[in-house]
Amino acid sequence: MADIVLDKVSKKYPDGTVAVRDVDLEIADGEFVILVGPSGCGKSTTLNMIAGLEDISSGELRIGGERVNDRAPRDRDIAMVFQSYALYPNMTVRENMGFPLKLAKLSRSEIDRKVEEAAKVLELTQLLDRRPANLSGGQRQRVAMGRAIVRNPKAFLMDEPLSNLDAKLRVQMRTVVSRLQKKLGTTTVYVTHDQTEAMTLGDRVVIMRGGAVQQVGAPQELYDHPKNLFVAGFIGSPSMNFLHAAVDGGRLRTALGDLPLGDRLRRTLEGADAPRELILGIRPEHFEDAELIDDAAREHGGEFEAPVDLVESMGSDKYVYFSLEGERASAAELDELAADAGAGDLPSSGSNLITRLSAESIVREGEPQRVWFNLDKIQLFDPSNGRNLTLEQPAAASVG
Amino acid sequence: MASLDTGAAAKWRWGLLDLVVVVFALVPVLWIASLSFKTTATLTDGNFIPREWTLDNYRTIFSTDQFVRALINSIGIALIATAIAVVLGTMAAYAIARLDFPGKKLLVGVSLLIAMFPQVSLVSPLFEIERKLGLFDTWPGLILPYITFALPLAIYTLSAFFKQIPWDLEKAAKMDGATQAEAFRKVIAPLAAPGVFTTAILVFIFCWNDFLFAISLTSTERSRTVPVALSFFTGASQFEDPTGAIAAAAVVITIPIILFVLFFQRRIVSGLTSGAVKG
Ligand SMILES: Nc1ncnc2c1ncn2[C@@H]1O[C@H](COP(=O)(O)OP(=O)(O)OP(=O)(O)O)[C@@H](O)[C@H]1O
Ligand SMILES: [Mg+2]
Repeated sequence: MADIVLDKVSKKYPDGTVAVRDVDLEIADGEFVILVGPSGCGKSTTLNMIAGLEDISSGELRIGGERVNDRAPRDRDIAMVFQSYALYPNMTVRENMGFPLKLAKLSRSEIDRKVEEAAKVLELTQLLDRRPANLSGGQRQRVAMGRAIVRNPKAFLMDEPLSNLDAKLRVQMRTVVSRLQKKLGTTTVYVTHDQTEAMTLGDRVVIMRGGAVQQVGAPQELYDHPKNLFVAGFIGSPSMNFLHAAVDGGRLRTALGDLPLGDRLRRTLEGADAPRELILGIRPEHFEDAELIDDAAREHGGEFEAPVDLVESMGSDKYVYFSLEGERASAAELDELAADAGAGDLPSSGSNLITRLSAESIVREGEPQRVWFNLDKIQLFDPSNGRNLTLEQPAAASVG
Repeated sequence: MASLDTGAAAKWRWGLLDLVVVVFALVPVLWIASLSFKTTATLTDGNFIPREWTLDNYRTIFSTDQFVRALINSIGIALIATAIAVVLGTMAAYAIARLDFPGKKLLVGVSLLIAMFPQVSLVSPLFEIERKLGLFDTWPGLILPYITFALPLAIYTLSAFFKQIPWDLEKAAKMDGATQAEAFRKVIAPLAAPGVFTTAILVFIFCWNDFLFAISLTSTERSRTVPVALSFFTGASQFEDPTGAIAAAAVVITIPIILFVLFFQRRIVSGLTSGAVKG
């Protein structure tokens, strides 16, 4: 058990690629931290540096208070679960799980005892004498976890451990991982691509982009108070809607209509030397069918009407898609997010809007629909650097 | 031929086809074997099954020093050349599969070039060089060219094998507390073994069967190998037809190869790496 501290850690590969840039991160003893970000942002590199599989180019890594930059992986006492499982195919499950113990020169009886103990926790007892080739994906995954937990390491590192499983098994294994970590209380760093894993598993989430940390915080905090456009767009599914907005006197000109600047927004825009052109962000759940809104709510909201593009009924709610006329929001961060989502070149002139309306709402594709949205939940971003301009007040309030 | 054949009829058809292929390949071998058991008088009678069985031919070849000596030369030279070529090839292939170093493509290209070079054209220069260096008609005089020409083959097959090994396994072993050497010995080596054995078989067969270098770079029994010794066979007396003896010798020299293959084949367990990683 130990804490892990990354102090301005960077990684430059021999070919000149800077994969990780000045990462500062303090992971407390027993904490479950998730590294998340688009492909190629340096998550695996960061994890491999903690593991000792990659050299640290600059900065310092401390585990349990000791500098470990120059220690070999085996001297760091950390276990790792690989995306590919990396089970030894020539060994049985028992031998696979016992391998770290054998290398640590434990006695046979002790190895057997520990392996059987771990096998029981992971429900692998029946499979101990099989070889990896004869196991299902989920079972292989559990063996890989078993190999990590048998020797009681100071920390677990997991690099997308569930991404090779099918969707249903992934959900199941997610709870296994979560329960196991709670039970053992071992410091864990978990890399994932998957937002649901990021939101549900960890105590804290680290969002990375292009080798740099964008924001670190509890999942809810990142969701409610993203520091910048990238975090706002990355967290949440379906993701936040972004629209072009222009300040015009006391009003905000957007594809949703001209919106009054409330006290909150006005203060924001006065404070900093805010630009005239902004990006407005609003999450799908902050919309509602205008028919279903009571007067009190109507007070602090706006409304727009547009033809419905598409309706997806989820049972509990409805996702309703609109395409709005007007200028599109554009920023480097948004392009990157779109590329990561695989929707880089949507052939659309206007902006797409996703709203989540309650199940009772009656919407039909192709017909105009009146929709209410909550003005209090609007966030404004600076398109030039992606900074969240609306962050200051609510963040100060919640932190202070 | 609408779909893939299954069922009993198809089984028969495939079985028949296999039989034809096997017979086609084995008839010459069996013919030689049959000749080796015939007496001199019945050698040319054209019978597949000898009318009179005899072991005389075998007695003849083992009674001459010539053949036994050549057999020892062959075994020694082929084993040493195989061992060295496989060790060097393993190291080179490991580097090619694992590391990115400048000139990697060039190295692979050049080694393939060596394999493509017509060996006949190298015989006379090698002859001159070896005579100058005093390597002519010695074991090293054959071992060195064998290694040279076996290495490209070894490197090529081995690097193909190494590329299939999931290297995450090495990382996993290191995380589990292994040193670099332990990771190689306990995890990578067992997985690489089938590739190494396959290569060893191929290289051994290449060295064992070589005639060209063996006849040009040797002159006495000191280092003459069996394929060459065969061509010098004269039979028990100068006036006897050596066909029976040659046939017997030919049968004898296929035995080490069969043993070698059988010995290593058990180690070539295919699909050893399956189950290591998803896929
Ligand atoms: N050995 C290497 N040499 C040079 N560049 C590398 C090397 N390994 C990774 N990179 C680069 O470093 C960056 C970060 O890679 P990394 O594997 O850490 O990404 P990742 O966040 O784990 O991505 P993914 O989600 O796809 O696994 C990428 O741009 C990648 O191309
Ligand atoms: Mg990765």
